[in-house]
Amino acid sequence: MKQTIRLRVNGDTYEVAVPPWRTLNEVLREDLRLTGTKRGCGDGDCGACTVLLDGRSVTSCLMLAVEAVGHEVTTVEGLATARDALHPVQAEFIAAGAIQCGYCTPGMELSAAYLLSRNPSPTDDEIRRGLSGNLCRCTGYQKIFEAVRRASDRLKGAAPPDAAAGDPAAGGPAGGDPSGGGARP
Amino acid sequence: MTSRPIGKDVPRVDGWAKATGAALYTDDLSLPGMLHGALLRSPVPHARIAHLDTRRAAALPGVKAVVVGSDLPAVKYGNWRLVPTTQDELALARGRVRFVGDEVAAVAAVDRDTAEEALALIRVEYEPLPAVFDLDAAMAAGAPVLHEATPDNVSVTRKIAFGDLEAGFGASDYVREDTFTVQAVSHAYLEPCATLAQADDLGRITLWTSTQTPYIVQCLLASTLGLRENEVRVVKPAVGGGFGGKMELRPWDVCAAFIARRTGKPVKFALSREEELATGRRRHPMRLRSRVGFKRDGTLMAKDLQVLLEGGAYNSMGPTATFLVGNFGAMLYRYPAYRYAGAHVYTNHAPAGAMRGFGAPQALFATETQMNMAAEALGIDPIELRLKNAMRPGDEIPDVATVGTCGFAECLERVAEMSGWREKRRRGPGTGGGKGLGIGCYSFITGGVFNWFNTPYPFSAAEVRAYADGTVHLLTMASDIGQGSDTVLQQILAEELGIRMQDVQMTAGDTAMTPKGDLGTWGSRVTLMAGNAVLEAARQVKEELARMVSLRFDLNVVQEVELKDGMVRSKFRPDRGIPFAEAVAMAQKANRGKPVVGRGTYTPRDMGLVTPTFSFGAQVAEVDVDRETGVTRVTKVYTAHDCGTVLNPMAVDGQVHGCIQMGMGYALSEELVMRDGKTVNASFLDYKMPGALDMPECEAVCVETHDPRGPFGAKETGEGPISATAPAIADAVWHASGYRATGLPITAEKLLAALDGDDSIAGERRAEASCAIPDPRPRG
Repeated sequence: MKQTIRLRVNGDTYEVAVPPWRTLNEVLREDLRLTGTKRGCGDGDCGACTVLLDGRSVTSCLMLAVEAVGHEVTTVEGLATARDALHPVQAEFIAAGAIQCGYCTPGMELSAAYLLSRNPSPTDDEIRRGLSGNLCRCTGYQKIFEAVRRASDRLKGAAPPDAAAGDPAAGGPAGGDPSGGGARP
Repeated sequence: MTSRPIGKDVPRVDGWAKATGAALYTDDLSLPGMLHGALLRSPVPHARIAHLDTRRAAALPGVKAVVVGSDLPAVKYGNWRLVPTTQDELALARGRVRFVGDEVAAVAAVDRDTAEEALALIRVEYEPLPAVFDLDAAMAAGAPVLHEATPDNVSVTRKIAFGDLEAGFGASDYVREDTFTVQAVSHAYLEPCATLAQADDLGRITLWTSTQTPYIVQCLLASTLGLRENEVRVVKPAVGGGFGGKMELRPWDVCAAFIARRTGKPVKFALSREEELATGRRRHPMRLRSRVGFKRDGTLMAKDLQVLLEGGAYNSMGPTATFLVGNFGAMLYRYPAYRYAGAHVYTNHAPAGAMRGFGAPQALFATETQMNMAAEALGIDPIELRLKNAMRPGDEIPDVATVGTCGFAECLERVAEMSGWREKRRRGPGTGGGKGLGIGCYSFITGGVFNWFNTPYPFSAAEVRAYADGTVHLLTMASDIGQGSDTVLQQILAEELGIRMQDVQMTAGDTAMTPKGDLGTWGSRVTLMAGNAVLEAARQVKEELARMVSLRFDLNVVQEVELKDGMVRSKFRPDRGIPFAEAVAMAQKANRGKPVVGRGTYTPRDMGLVTPTFSFGAQVAEVDVDRETGVTRVTKVYTAHDCGTVLNPMAVDGQVHGCIQMGMGYALSEELVMRDGKTVNASFLDYKMPGALDMPECEAVCVETHDPRGPFGAKETGEGPISATAPAIADAVWHASGYRATGLPITAEKLLAALDGDDSIAGERRAEASCAIPDPRPRG
């Protein structure tokens, strides 16, 4: 009943035997142990399971693993190139306070990354539309919008100086000052 | 390099792990040989189980265990351990089901598909019993009884009374009485509940579970399995939100542990979203009848509040809700006389539990809406009416609580300025071309002083281990469920020891590894209670290091030793000091190798019946009501709030914004719609939370107070603001359209019907509904 398929995920090739009804979400999480991709509803409503397929955002809970054959899958684990080289979207999610419980974060980041890959300078309204498939219950979205704006600036090379990527292990992405800079007005 | 993180936008200590997908939530964990569990739930709201046959399920290849109620010890559980008669739940039904979703059987198999197939092979014959789905039916004479020990279906009643009510109303120039109704809503945390249990050779359990309250789960799980408390270890992995919905022992915890003990294999249960929405805990629907009296000048004279809470099939956190709603009904304003009577009523619905704001969203929707109605009738501006009656520092709710710091009046002034209230509100209702603005206010507890769990341990505890390499390790059972308490507790520690955030490591939420005790994350308690425990532990370390420096430099006894910038030094002569690491090494040497450890605890004592201190705030919402479609769009929300001294502005903002999202859903779109006992909108497609497109612009300012009971002056911010949003939006809808909602949510359907003069849909027909609590019937 199982069939062996070849999946390209984050640049690596995996050979897995899966029943044809297994979703991409299940195979990523349970077979490949890439648990950064979340399962929030299983119905494609919440976006927590968002991954990129050939650079385009899809809900991995609504896609069968066999459908991903021949495509390039990117999960949250594939966003950063090294421990201290986060994707600008990730770095700005941390710096802007866009993360609380973190469960929507991987999907939200991938939707944001997809948006910025298509539209490097989104308006506020376009940011909202770009994230409208991802639910968040903690943040009220405000700081997520801010993170995407800042990531957009960073990607265009107009980074505000305090938003440069730092060593996350040193307490945060805001560079050498782990307390995140000065007091707020 | 700063060593003063308090008051700064410190990014979260778990930010990197969550941004990269490295953070591990319970369902991300797996162990070799792990079994997958699944739960069979009742499809009927009330029935006797006439016959239960699990043989075919047990015979299915790959199935390792099938468990029904009679297999488990018949130990009822519930968070109100102090009053065992309130503990009315069993993990699996024994002979009777009381709501659609009541757990009937559990299976564990080698994989999830097999477990689900096994569920379908279990045969249950239900003998239907009459069911009750609303307050009136449940409280009617001769109503079907859910629990024999509670023949009137009223499981808990509470009263609060102070002042001379009759005299207060007698002296009032204006008295009004209104009935408000609020609906069931879901926490809708993004991470569905999951649990993973592992047993050792002696049957002791380690349980990784998505919980806000590891200690409560530990104790109750031990009691249901007949184990000693410390034969259960509960570990809290990363938790994807809780909002009050993950603060109890749940059936899947019991089933996973029971099956792990029986099979010797690890067992995981992970709930689906449908299970969460259809059968999960929810905010109590309530009917509130409030009578309030004023002098002509707006002075409040008396309030009489009667509340019926629809609890669903079990008590869950209902007893606390029944008390708190009465407490919150007495907050915000100076009531010379106040009376509250509340009753918690069983129905055949999924049980309601604790949810963000716990009792306050309901109580304050009623209070604040009624204030706005009274302001209109008295011809007084709603903010002026509030200022006239606002609680001030030092105010007392007799026999209940004393208000400590209180920036409420200033919050009202600030929110009026920010929003341009006095200018914009001058126009009459329904005259702004669909635009309007409205106000709502809140006050909330900063942790509860009540000990319903009957813990014999401190309410919070912390251990700080300082090492000679300059690092410190903080251990506490306090549970970060997404709100950011790990970050704030580390800020507090780093600040007090004058070290950097990256010098701090932390172990939290593990009942075996972290000091006892901690009651968990609820009631906005963590920053104040665990924060004070951390402070006390840090101060012990500090004292020990100060002794070293005093000795080393022969400091005059009057000289203060400060820990700052990684140094331990004389404040008067900063050159007389040594690095933190060196001071720790010295102390350790002086103590003949004994590590430098501080231990702190916090237990509130002699602080009334409610909380060490209250937060306050005022919020103004601006809306745009489309007269054609009935759709209300919230365009901007202004908040001025007193959360004491702000420890992390970015985190505080995040809490306020999150409250607005949840409060806005409560106001306009969220409702678990019930039909014949079933939740009919059990998906995120049908359960409508505000999304990215719906959120208004949010502007917030902190009116800082310095609360002597909070660490560095802090009070709560995680729950209070949610209660202001719904009444503010409801008032704005009135200002925009002329429709005054006394029930939630304010859907387009209701709004249009009301504007077209049809009150039957809009909820006004409920205005005459009674909230009287019947005389108790004899208990069995």
